[in-house]
Amino acid sequence: MDNAYDGLTDAGEEKHWAFGTGFTAALAGVGRDIPAVDRDSLTAYCLMLGDDALVYSQRLAEWCSRAPELEEDVALANIALDLLGQARLLLSRAAEVEDAGRDEDALAYLRDERQFRNVRLVELDCGPGPGGDFGTTIARLLVFSTWRLAVFQRLVGSADPVLAAVAAKGVKELAYHRDHAAQWVLRLAGGTEYSRERIVAGLDKVWAFTEELFATHPIEAELDGVAVDPAAARAEFDQVIDTVLSAAGLERPRTTQVAALAGQAGRDGIHTEAMGYLLAELQHIARSMPGAVW
Amino acid sequence: MSARQVAEQVLDPELPVLTLADLGVLRDVREDDGRVTVTITPTYSGCPAMDEMRADLVDQLTAAGYADVEVRTVLHPAWTTDWISEDGLRKLADHGIAPPQRIGPRAVGPVPLNLEPPSRRVPCPRCGSARTTELSRFGSTACKALRRCEDCREPFEQIKEL
Repeated sequence: MDNAYDGLTDAGEEKHWAFGTGFTAALAGVGRDIPAVDRDSLTAYCLMLGDDALVYSQRLAEWCSRAPELEEDVALANIALDLLGQARLLLSRAAEVEDAGRDEDALAYLRDERQFRNVRLVELDCGPGPGGDFGTTIARLLVFSTWRLAVFQRLVGSADPVLAAVAAKGVKELAYHRDHAAQWVLRLAGGTEYSRERIVAGLDKVWAFTEELFATHPIEAELDGVAVDPAAARAEFDQVIDTVLSAAGLERPRTTQVAALAGQAGRDGIHTEAMGYLLAELQHIARSMPGAVW
Repeated sequence: MSARQVAEQVLDPELPVLTLADLGVLRDVREDDGRVTVTITPTYSGCPAMDEMRADLVDQLTAAGYADVEVRTVLHPAWTTDWISEDGLRKLADHGIAPPQRIGPRAVGPVPLNLEPPSRRVPCPRCGSARTTELSRFGSTACKALRRCEDCREPFEQIKEL
């Protein structure tokens, strides 16, 4: 083939993925046994990990064409794509375990805010719109990818074969994401006085949502052997963050944590104000034109 | 041709210089009573070309006379660039894409943090110069990084080790 794009543009064929709907379910043909645990709990756990990835990929994709340099547009979009891939696998697994006739699209587009189980860190609006900030975006990428990588390394041993396989693959991807964020932290901290102020302010802002990442949810405690207790990932997270901050000559933020509401936070569907706006953008086409294809 | 031979010739939709077999995503082809079962695995979780691969496999096997074709996906074990064939590495270099190095199995223990740009030398696939620099760890697809040769000044892509 002389031109790699020729194969994508034949008219009259429906199978071409580049142009829209018609994706085969993410788990098509994947062999998968479901472990003998409570189905509702396992569904909820798959949603927790899947929603983290889905909502954060939406936030990262917002930067495409708006980042400080072209290479960064591409990098953030690539990271978003990896996470969207993880989200599709995890939401498909949730749908399969739930066995209630919903698929990954129904879970992504037709649930309301209270039914999303992502941690609040991923929904925060760090730009590129009004009030947005690249320093905060990099700070969040460092915190999120360090945390998720530490959790996924432990999830590789899950008794759920699909979760274990998604984690094994995700670990390799997240290692690239974490390195990318860490190298940006060094670059911003070691750049100008202004760039340093921005990364310090960004770390302060996102740090307020870190305790939530390590709070053991009752569902995680119940699914012993299948789910990872995030508290077990804390020491590795602290060690990596301290290594990055020390290389950057920065101190660990001491921001006051944003409290849970009556003991409930993102994992229970209790979100911040930013979440509704994010879902409106993510879901509005699918909801205004149910079943639309293009 | 056997079903395996047909499947091994199907090209990767995003790197059409490689076959699915060269890339290492074609994991198994079985013929059983006229039914062909092909097993593939994604490179990255978000690889958008999986549907295209499935469709191409079904189309080309059907055209070769195999009417009953099923394409299955496996997620485990996770794909690694070590599965790209020697032939595949050579074809990449011939087409101006720097091939990945062999990485071997990952060491046990926490994934190490990497704060430095990659130290290994990636020779320019056009002029062979060792003086190349990384422009971006993330390129036009998830599996590639973008580099530039300091001698011939041409940018080029590199398949990242995974």
